[in-house]
Amino acid sequence: MHYKESLGSRIYVAIAYIIVTIFSIACIYPILHVLAVSFSSKVAVNAGLVNIIPVDFSLDAYEFVMRGGAFFTAFAVSVKRTLLGVVISMVFVILAGYPLSKTKRQFSARNFYMWFFVFTMLFSGGMIPSYIVVSKLGLIDSLWALILPAAVPVYYLILFQNFVKSLPDGLIEAAYIDGAGEGTVLGKIILPLSKPILATLVLFIAVNHWNAWFDGMIYMNRPENYPLQTYLQTIVVQVNLKAVTSLGDVTNISPQNSKSAQIILAMLPIVIVYPFLQKYFTKGIVLGSVKG
Amino acid sequence: MKKFKKEWPFHLMLLPAVIMVIIFNYVPMAGVSLAFLDYKPAKGLAKAAFVGWKQFETLFENPNFFLALKNTVIIAGWKLITGLIVPLVLALLLNEIRKSWYKRVAQTLIYLPYFISWVLMAGIIVDIFSPTDGLVNRALESFGVEPIYFLGSNTWARFTMILTNIWKEAGWGTIIFMAALTGVDLNLYEAAVIDGAGRLKQMQHVTIPAIVPTIVLVGTLSLSNVLNAGFDQIYNLMTGVTMETLDIIDTLVYRIGVQNGQFSLATAAGLFKSVVSSFFIILSYRLADKLAGYKIF
Repeated sequence: MHYKESLGSRIYVAIAYIIVTIFSIACIYPILHVLAVSFSSKVAVNAGLVNIIPVDFSLDAYEFVMRGGAFFTAFAVSVKRTLLGVVISMVFVILAGYPLSKTKRQFSARNFYMWFFVFTMLFSGGMIPSYIVVSKLGLIDSLWALILPAAVPVYYLILFQNFVKSLPDGLIEAAYIDGAGEGTVLGKIILPLSKPILATLVLFIAVNHWNAWFDGMIYMNRPENYPLQTYLQTIVVQVNLKAVTSLGDVTNISPQNSKSAQIILAMLPIVIVYPFLQKYFTKGIVLGSVKG
Repeated sequence: MKKFKKEWPFHLMLLPAVIMVIIFNYVPMAGVSLAFLDYKPAKGLAKAAFVGWKQFETLFENPNFFLALKNTVIIAGWKLITGLIVPLVLALLLNEIRKSWYKRVAQTLIYLPYFISWVLMAGIIVDIFSPTDGLVNRALESFGVEPIYFLGSNTWARFTMILTNIWKEAGWGTIIFMAALTGVDLNLYEAAVIDGAGRLKQMQHVTIPAIVPTIVLVGTLSLSNVLNAGFDQIYNLMTGVTMETLDIIDTLVYRIGVQNGQFSLATAAGLFKSVVSSFFIILSYRLADKLAGYKIF
């Protein structure tokens, strides 16, 4: 069916294209700029010649960063905390989320537990009491300080139980009749059916761990224990002087070069999983929404 | 007892998570009692004297606290408003783009910053807004505009926070509105076309009514952030000069607590924020339930 759209409609569509295009470019432009700086020569960068295309293409900044040292130590800490953190949080979410998905008739204490968890979303002790708890437990400078305090992500727990609640009851009933226990039901029936929400939560939790920096700053005293984002916070955001001195005798790259290269490298894991993130993100929003 | 026999596996499954939440959420909640003590880390908790509301008095006598409160509300308020309008407009406009590849590319670019940490974003922002060789000032210079100290002057700092917040966070709201828009029945558009409705009329009579519940939901839920002006962003972009317009409650708590070691005073400031926030969180859930039928569980 082809018909002529009115002038007003066509102007509106044209405006939509223009604004969306401008906003999209504005979103990506600064990132492209940093990418270009990371691949440009020191001279070009210092002269302010670099826009979004590398000038005097050079890999020196990456060579410098790759040479090892603090960046790699921090990168390793982040990889460790992300892997461990995801596994641990998922265990808690699955184990606690399944009973919570039951109705009050099936599990009489369900609403009590639910409020027990939800209350932590309404009120929190704040930064200082949390810090004291972590330090009294002797977790300062330990990897566990980055994992345990947020090991039970209550909001994701709620998303998970909402999803399980929406699964058809028939299969579970049938398993009970066959004499299956709760563990079997969870492992053999619920989990295989929950793959979409599990994938979504794994991605969310992994990104949160990768991007976290504040816990590293307050719970880690020794810089060699910093996760990547905390380490970068000290060199990227805090005054550039530090980066200058740490470059030492390296003369073929500027602090801005190395800073840009490190930003790009830290962003890389996110960019790699981004297609999945995008796919599951919308899904997660729809999956976790409350039905009825 | 019979009930427990049947339900014990559920209690067992919940146990690990319950223990973790008690240790890392409920014990710190009890820790807010620090706000009523005079706690010195060196002396230990047992020797801390009970001082009643003294910490709060000290806090309320401190002009920096009210400055931080004012900055928090102003910055958070602007973020709430822009956080609702910008994603809404973007989603409505994206919805008009019928070339599917174009729409996909645009969505990919617009959502990306949301997934990148504030630390990295701050690194980029410091770079592009630099008054000497930043991209933005280089562009302005070519129009003959004098360099602007976006991050270094109190005239511009708040504006820069709100602008860069749109850059980073608008993607999230857009995703939510787009999810709502894809749920709109396409037959409604066809019917509208048959009735002779142009694009604007379709938006007015089909699209907007379809996403009003989502708008109400996002709006009411964001109320819970009235005192969250964004620690991650502000802490990483604030300088000594811009403290006057950027210092927020969270950065103040961090400074007096972690940097100055005044644990009790910082806890009092944190408690003040928690209590006010709780009120707004409960209010926002209530409103979301009433106006949009949203229940958290």
